[in-house]
Amino acid sequence: MIMRFNNKKITTMLGLLPEMESYFDDEIGNYSFTEKQSMRLKKVMGYNCHRLSKESTTVSDFAIYGINYMFANNWINRNEIGAIVVVSLCPDYFVPHISNIIQAECGFGENIICLDIAQGCCGFLVGLMQSFMLLEHIDKKVLLVNGDVISHKVSRRDRNDYPLIGDAACITVLENSESSPIYFEMNTDGKRRNALIIPAGGFKMPCNIETAKVKMDSEGNYRSLDNICMDGSEVFNFVQSDVSKMLKDAFDSEHKTIEDFDYFFFHQPNKFMLKKLAQKVGIPFDKFPMNLVENFGNPSGASIPMTAIFNARDELINKNNSCCLSAFGSGLAWGVVFMDIGNLNNCEIIESDL
Amino acid sequence: MQDVLDILTEIKPEFDFSDSSDFIADGMLDSFDIINLCDLLEEKYNVTIDGLDILPENFTSLNSIQSLIIKSKGESK
Repeated sequence: MIMRFNNKKITTMLGLLPEMESYFDDEIGNYSFTEKQSMRLKKVMGYNCHRLSKESTTVSDFAIYGINYMFANNWINRNEIGAIVVVSLCPDYFVPHISNIIQAECGFGENIICLDIAQGCCGFLVGLMQSFMLLEHIDKKVLLVNGDVISHKVSRRDRNDYPLIGDAACITVLENSESSPIYFEMNTDGKRRNALIIPAGGFKMPCNIETAKVKMDSEGNYRSLDNICMDGSEVFNFVQSDVSKMLKDAFDSEHKTIEDFDYFFFHQPNKFMLKKLAQKVGIPFDKFPMNLVENFGNPSGASIPMTAIFNARDELINKNNSCCLSAFGSGLAWGVVFMDIGNLNNCEIIESDL
Repeated sequence: MQDVLDILTEIKPEFDFSDSSDFIADGMLDSFDIINLCDLLEEKYNVTIDGLDILPENFTSLNSIQSLIIKSKGESK
């Protein structure tokens, strides 16, 4: 589905990281790799350092910490925010929603729209879409919160997932303002939903003693039904086929070339998958950051803004940048956005003790 | 062919790859081994392997890997 938006702008981006770092070198013993295999995978996949939140930390903790930081530094004030949109796969509770907790704990008034969206890897794109649609109807700013503490749901002995995941959140401020036209496209294929799944924990299969039992899969990964499970080969093939086709088709239909873009900020599953996607589509590596996994881990829906801030903070503050954003993952879902991002009022990554 | 065999043995020294007709079915290579193998083949032969070709069926035997290298050489020119 293609949508187009006009006169919508990102004005501020704040990335939030937990301060705890964990290194692949120290985790090798958890996996069924030999040490030699591990060292090669470290290079090829980009495994290195990932950030992990405390077990008691929730997405609302990150959001409240970040919004209070924004208040303290006069980045925003309460009265100018008309909506809080939270995109996450890690709710504090089934009820109430994270956005409602944020509204109360950050002291926003009652005249505000609060909305939670369950979405994983495409969370930033879906959050942008929802924020843009809200901005069509309200004359205030939208706070978009993308956050996940997905490490809490990954088995430490799952070599498919644990070395690459990371916890983080990002808060983006959006508003109505003169801008270049925005191209937005999202695609979904629920038939392939089992490629990325946490089988237990919802109403379909509540967690119990049985779902918590850890078992070994055919490739030597140990996980339970309470843990996230990714079919790496299926996801890899999906990215190389469906995502590359979407990108090429979007460039063609919008009469864009690779040279038209300053940056390609993509979701960050792992370095190998991104390198192969870039080669397939013909994107030069210098415009295509793929270093989030090795520095912080893949933070799911916050991956695109974190990649942008980490790699291009100065450019995002000092000039306008023509950007191609793309995300792909759980659902399966995949999407692309062409939009300008730049001349931001504020843009930084901060650490917390969460 | 010997170079490919050497690379396979480097990745999985515990297996005799000359004695198998299907490395995948025989459990000698898993998805992570294929990723490692791709990286080593690209380095050794100075080719770029298309992401769409990184499928288990292209890594079942020395012949299939050799065919992939030849295909990738053609596409990398």
